[in-house]
Amino acid sequence: MSTPQSSIFTGPLVGSALKESFVKLDPRAMIKNPVMFTVEIGTAVMLVVTVLSAFVDDPSLGTFGYNSAIAIVLLLTLLFANFAEAIAEARGKAQANTLRATRRDTTARKLTGDGAQEQSVSSAELGKGDLFLCEAGDTIPADGQIVEGLASIDEAAITGESAPVIREADTDRDSVIGGTQVLSDRIVVRVTADPGGSFLDKMIGLVEGANRQKTPNEIALTILLSSFTLIFLIVTVTLQPFAAYANAPISIAALISLFVCLIPTTIGGLLSAIGIAGMDRALRANIIAKSGKAVETAGDIDTLLLDKTGTITIGNREATAFYALEEDKLAEFNQLALISSLSDNTPEGKSIVALARKQGAAESPRLTEGAAFIKFSADTRMSGIDLADGRQVRKGAWDAIKRWGVRSAEADKRYLEERVSEIAGNGGTPLALAVDHEILGIIQLEDIIKPGISERFERLRKMGVKTVMVTGDNPLTAKFIAAQAGVDDFIAEAKPEDKMQYIREEQQLGKLVAMMGDGTNDAPGLAQADVGVAMNSGTQAAKEAANMVDLDSDPTKLIEVVEIGKQLLITRGNVTTFSIANDVAKYFAIVPALFVVAIPGLDALNIMRLGSPDSAILSAVIFNALIIPFLIPLALRGVKYRPVGAASLLIRNLLIYGLGGIIVPFIGIKGIDLIVNLFL
Amino acid sequence: MTTEILGVGFIILASALLAWPLGTYIAGVFRGDKQWLDFMAPLENGILRTAGLDGQRQMDWKQNLRALLGTNAVFFTLAILLLLLQGYHPFWNPNGFANWEPTLAFNTAVSFTTNTNLQHYSGETGASYLTQLMVFCWLQFVTAATGMAACALLFRGLANRESDKLGNFYSLMLRSATRILLPISIVLSLALTATGTITGFDGLTEVTTLEGGTQLVAGGPAAPMVAIKQLGTNGGGFFGPNSAHPFENPTYLSNILENVAILLVPMAMVFAFGSYLRRRRLGLLFFGVMTVLFVTFVSVSAYQETVGNPAMHQMGLATADPNLEGKEVRFGPAASSLWGVSTTSTSNGSVNSMHDSHTAVSGGVFLLDMFINAIYGGVGVGFINFFVFVVIAVFIAGQMIGRTPDFLGKKIEAREVKIAAIVAIFHPLLILAGTALTSYLQTRNPDIGWLNNPGFHGFSEMLYENTSAAANNGSGFEGLGDNTPLWNLLTGSIMLLARFVPIIGPLAIVGALAIKKPVPPTAGSLQPDSLAFGTVLLSVILIIAALAFFPVLALGPLAEYFTL
Repeated sequence: MSTPQSSIFTGPLVGSALKESFVKLDPRAMIKNPVMFTVEIGTAVMLVVTVLSAFVDDPSLGTFGYNSAIAIVLLLTLLFANFAEAIAEARGKAQANTLRATRRDTTARKLTGDGAQEQSVSSAELGKGDLFLCEAGDTIPADGQIVEGLASIDEAAITGESAPVIREADTDRDSVIGGTQVLSDRIVVRVTADPGGSFLDKMIGLVEGANRQKTPNEIALTILLSSFTLIFLIVTVTLQPFAAYANAPISIAALISLFVCLIPTTIGGLLSAIGIAGMDRALRANIIAKSGKAVETAGDIDTLLLDKTGTITIGNREATAFYALEEDKLAEFNQLALISSLSDNTPEGKSIVALARKQGAAESPRLTEGAAFIKFSADTRMSGIDLADGRQVRKGAWDAIKRWGVRSAEADKRYLEERVSEIAGNGGTPLALAVDHEILGIIQLEDIIKPGISERFERLRKMGVKTVMVTGDNPLTAKFIAAQAGVDDFIAEAKPEDKMQYIREEQQLGKLVAMMGDGTNDAPGLAQADVGVAMNSGTQAAKEAANMVDLDSDPTKLIEVVEIGKQLLITRGNVTTFSIANDVAKYFAIVPALFVVAIPGLDALNIMRLGSPDSAILSAVIFNALIIPFLIPLALRGVKYRPVGAASLLIRNLLIYGLGGIIVPFIGIKGIDLIVNLFL
Repeated sequence: MTTEILGVGFIILASALLAWPLGTYIAGVFRGDKQWLDFMAPLENGILRTAGLDGQRQMDWKQNLRALLGTNAVFFTLAILLLLLQGYHPFWNPNGFANWEPTLAFNTAVSFTTNTNLQHYSGETGASYLTQLMVFCWLQFVTAATGMAACALLFRGLANRESDKLGNFYSLMLRSATRILLPISIVLSLALTATGTITGFDGLTEVTTLEGGTQLVAGGPAAPMVAIKQLGTNGGGFFGPNSAHPFENPTYLSNILENVAILLVPMAMVFAFGSYLRRRRLGLLFFGVMTVLFVTFVSVSAYQETVGNPAMHQMGLATADPNLEGKEVRFGPAASSLWGVSTTSTSNGSVNSMHDSHTAVSGGVFLLDMFINAIYGGVGVGFINFFVFVVIAVFIAGQMIGRTPDFLGKKIEAREVKIAAIVAIFHPLLILAGTALTSYLQTRNPDIGWLNNPGFHGFSEMLYENTSAAANNGSGFEGLGDNTPLWNLLTGSIMLLARFVPIIGPLAIVGALAIKKPVPPTAGSLQPDSLAFGTVLLSVILIIAALAFFPVLALGPLAEYFTL
């Protein structure tokens, strides 16, 4: 809590949250939170008693001054709890508003009839299934799927990513988001959601609290908290006859104070704020979760399916070295490698060009003028160039080049073959480069593993999450990369069915599986997985099947999702523990205060040496109220998750929130009592 | 003094050492493993056939629960009829005891059906030998067996993988009686007879006292009943003074035997859990958590008794330190404290000293034992109660490490938490409501004549009686005039609810858990057999018990302690 609080409590947010705190006093809203609802009833009773004590002369009612002090503190307890929820909602709203700013009403060019006529309508009038047209400069009026054409689109408004993206019909990248801007070309889009029904609208609803439904774990916790409330209701109600027997009558103010102090108001007041803040954290990470349950489930994930490309490795394979057969021919190798790849637009081809340039090769118009590029074909599995001077340059897989017919000496071939298997064994992909059936040498392509990724996997392992790499590579290469990146398992030569099969098998063992995907063929897997995250750039089918959408289309986001889920549960668990542990000190403050007049011996229980029975009770209630705003930053930021293993994490949290929960109120109540006694 | 402490240590250690192999054996009986006692099978089958029960059918939790409630309803009906009509049977009633007063018969029938053995009567002056054997002794066997069978169903539910079949209650109950309780009882009753506990069917014997007067001395078949009373955590004495009576518990040696017998089966049930689920480490951890509480409570109580009563010191009445009021000199303060803690923590309820006369703090400790009611606990039901704490602890600890909570791979969700929470608050509800009612009546009419002592101690007496009923314990603080229609009906109802609700709830929980697909453990899962979880569990137990009962403890034992 040492970090600046200004980011949480910014001016305008606080203002609206303060107003909301009073609005939320409405009992119809309050009843959703049983713990705070009982506090509200207690407050109402206390207000009546306070008013009565002003007019009726009955000593058992207590003094007006003291009663009003207790009543005010109780009211503050309620307001603090409401404020916690309101500020969490306000933050969510602020976040949502920035997103919503992108969906101002725009004019849509709706296509009617058979798509021939164009009509200008407001974007709000577009319904599911409608077609609209967008050209360069237009803002896309609604979420949809491109049915015709391709366009480059600026999605910065949604994702914050400034580089434009390409979206094209009939590919895995055919969906567009309302509010983004078309930079070039022309597309026809079919609307996929009615106004207000898009993913973003749903997410905004979730963070704003309007459509927020309690997650299963939150429901279970609410039940536990309600039963604690019930226990203390029984304790408080039965205390009256006990006290009568002991000739130690208890005032209504004291009874209600005891009750409110004992019931878990701290967690009761912060519970929904914690839940909303969890959704908010997901949104801040640019993840749209379709339900709170999905975020909660993410914390439980046992197995994580990650695509190799883009997640574990940077983009695609890159050329990392050239091995010329003869050392002195390296310069020629460089140049031919460069020239043969110039028109090869695959990422591999580009990387060969880049490496050759880096090693000093330059284009030679003399050779390329009039040259014929040979495109890669599945038949020959080679690509290359027929140079102007008649030389044929080819590059391709080792066996493909061999099949082309190689005239090299046997000793050279054997030498190169060793090199080839060495590269393959190290997880690389060897390409042979040949000129006129004479092999010049080998190009080494390698997957570049993302820096820091193995640390992230290590972190996941400590969380108990198993990582599985999914790749189209052959098993040998896959195994090597898996080992290098530190994933626990891999699926090599993966087809979409294999992913599905793997997910099913893991689930059969009772494990929860998360996967990320973008293609239409990923949709079944995304639906089958317990947490399916679709990339925003992915197809509509993938997005429909998934229960989260990542606006950044960043495959490593799954890791963050897991942590956000865990953080949510941990925060709830720790605040619960803290709240219940607080009761020990509150008892030691209130119980002696209740009975010390009738039973002086019980002063021995007043171990805090609080000033007077009245100040003891008042201090306990004040502490109980103040602890809520004190913990709001914790509730909103969440308790940091540390992947240190379950046992050490439990011990650590027990010490901080359990033991701390016992000690802190002793200090707090004593401190408040010292101050209160200055005024009494 | 050292000898006394060694004696206490010996009893605890001996109980644990005997309980370990017994636990393995019990798990075997529950699983239906082959055993040397298989020669009992024809007898068991015969009993089941005669009763018209199917001991083979695998049943789900609801069917088993119906079987449990049905058999117990039959037990209750037979018991209350025998008590109400005691005067009519012509044999085994040498002293010619008459029919029972209805509310007392109700209270007593409930008390024995619920394995409580709260006694608002005195055996030697109200119960015929037929009643002693056919109502009390019989029920002491079958109700203990009921508890063990319920616990066996719970074990099975936790072990199940996606199957709702928990076993067969009839067969489990019968085998708990014939293969566990009966053999040990026979051995124990022979051993007790050897140490001098009486066994016989004669009526009152007229003896000439040392002073030359004559006195009628009650006898009877005490040894067998004492054996099952201790082993089955029943606690109902053959004689009114229970195991303080020299015919029931004549020597220091018989005291050791009986105290071990009190702890034996409850401890063994914890080990049986570990053995049945092949999670011995977890069983040991549970045993450790219980033992930490047990040893602490014994130490506190023994220390208080040894230091004695400060008021007596001030008056110069007690020159020597120990508080010996209400204790048998042949046992001494430490052994009396150990017994007190043993009997209250295991829901046994037999006594070898007057709990009313223990120091205030000891009285508070005994109450705390019964508030928790799961430190080893009653045979079978003790572990079931403990399981409720485990569910709550797992739920809290699971979240603290960032996983939705599971126990042994079974997810603990809203339904399980709801039931566990209801059961957990039910116990304080019964105790506090009962005590509130009686306190109210006592305050309204101070001449109602229930309390021997005014003030805090009188409050403790009422609290103790309600607690003893709610914990199905059955011991009395005494000093309370409890054989009145109000107390009979009140404690009778409390015992009934307190017995069956905490069996129904946990069975419903495991019924739900049994059909769940287990989640495999990962590095991020809660390890229930870790010390960290043990700490959470201990805290949950203390907090639920202490938080709900702190005010009553303050008004009773603590007020008395600080005021003396």
